[in-house]
Amino acid sequence: MDSGYRGGGNDRVEDLADLVTTNVITLEHVTYSYPASSEPALRDVSLAIPAGQFCAIVGANGAGKSTLAYTLSGFIPHFYRGSLAGRVTVAGRQTTAAPLSELVLSAGMVFQNPFNQISGTKFTVREEIAFGLENLGAPREEIRGRVAAAMALVGIEALAERSPLALSGGEMQRVAIASVLVMKPPVLILDEPTSQLDPIGSREVFEAIRALAAGGEMTVVMIEHKLEWVAQFAERVVALAGGKVIADGKPAEVLTDERLMLHGVGQTRYTLAARRAREIGLWPAERKLAVTLEEAVMGFG
Amino acid sequence: MDIEIASLSFTYPSSLTALRKVSLSIGTGEAVAIIGQNGAGKTTLVKHLNALLKPTHGQVRVGSWDTRERSVAQLAARVGYVFQNPDDQLFQRTVRAEVMFGPRNLGWAKNRAAVQVETTLKEVGLLEQAGRHPYDLSPGDRRLVALAAVLAMDTPVIVLDEPTTGLDYAGVEKIGRIVDDLRAKGRTLIAITHDMDFCAEHFERVVVLAEGRLLLDGPIRAVFAQADVLAQSDVDPPQLARLASRLGLETVPLTVEEFIAEVGQAGKTEL
Repeated sequence: MDSGYRGGGNDRVEDLADLVTTNVITLEHVTYSYPASSEPALRDVSLAIPAGQFCAIVGANGAGKSTLAYTLSGFIPHFYRGSLAGRVTVAGRQTTAAPLSELVLSAGMVFQNPFNQISGTKFTVREEIAFGLENLGAPREEIRGRVAAAMALVGIEALAERSPLALSGGEMQRVAIASVLVMKPPVLILDEPTSQLDPIGSREVFEAIRALAAGGEMTVVMIEHKLEWVAQFAERVVALAGGKVIADGKPAEVLTDERLMLHGVGQTRYTLAARRAREIGLWPAERKLAVTLEEAVMGFG
Repeated sequence: MDIEIASLSFTYPSSLTALRKVSLSIGTGEAVAIIGQNGAGKTTLVKHLNALLKPTHGQVRVGSWDTRERSVAQLAARVGYVFQNPDDQLFQRTVRAEVMFGPRNLGWAKNRAAVQVETTLKEVGLLEQAGRHPYDLSPGDRRLVALAAVLAMDTPVIVLDEPTTGLDYAGVEKIGRIVDDLRAKGRTLIAITHDMDFCAEHFERVVVLAEGRLLLDGPIRAVFAQADVLAQSDVDPPQLARLASRLGLETVPLTVEEFIAEVGQAGKTEL
């Protein structure tokens, strides 16, 4: 009877009551090195993320962002091995103690390359997205409804009967996101989920993720380079460099921090324009630099 | 080398029609960005330039060659194509061997190819990684290897399919410098991109596709001034163009400097 399946019904509400009072994700002094590597990819990282928060992770290539995502989802250490020190707790489970088969039910992960997410065994997008729920033995009617809802969230209803392997890069990325959203994991980890999406599609995915977090349905950790949407939709930004947390706070603070430029993290054009304007007296010295379009319109208007 | 695409239509064996009567002339040395929604036909279009795909109807000409009469191997000497996903492209054991493969395959002598490989690796900043296995590099560096492997072939036409995907700020800046450099050398450059800020700062002409059709084609400022039309293909203008529009400025600034100059000017007029 107990297949590990989490229904979409009342038990979710009870789970949530447990979670709101506490942090859903905690990392305590986590240091990790990949096998055959002498340099740690994460160095003494401590983080606490409360239930329902939408937390973005930014950083240069090689800063440790994907490694952090694998650590939260349990792929480190269960799949990648290597040496992990410190404690990682996700949705009440210590990741080193629980098997990966259990961890994936509490932390769903959207991989950087959607091709790695697609099962390759299904003939249609609809079947591909249903695959995870079928494996858990969810009732047929519920699968149907949840698959339709997940496809609507990322705007791929029109692709339902297409082959998952004959899609454009961006279309496949949307399928990969939907295949994880449909599982309704309490923790959602996304590794550059919009890298191949068109501009409005990217914004829509951010909006959908923000709504899921705001509705208390999920705690979200999202690695992203698209700072305009990070600034607008994330509640918190953690910046990594060299495997360490170098900044952690509200988007308006972290994304205007000039030190980040030295670590290969950019800034929105709004911030760059505001800073340049301030240098020549076109932006009031006491006004905070803009990170979003609305803030820039206010500042320059 | 110029390119002429005449009323090109393409239907995949699955009977999906990806391009519908697309016509496009690209002059020698032009830098053209191709933008538009996912599934609009962008990659399908550029795959016609090196004959990976051949027209169902219509014609594609690269220089004097009709692609229907040429092989992919022949066109490799004219059109360098950097794939969207570097992992689809890389297959050698070292970065150096990967970059060497193209020039040698085109029949270059070993010495000439070796010099070219070192120059190209230096250009993209990968000289120190030359002995490593491409799959031991970060995804961002793998993308640069794929780019170097194509640049080394010294083709007159270069096609980049989403060259900045997954790159950090420094990586995007680096690709931008490489693009500027290729333009200065007079190469014909065609890039698919979803990064409108990158597009604004490095390209002069923009082609917008939507559902397999040509929606817009023109100088970059003229295209980015038409936010309503762009929205039909799920594209937003770049950040500074949107900001300028919200502020009621009449021009379309492409860089921070241009934007600041406009704002300064508007401020003076008000006084």
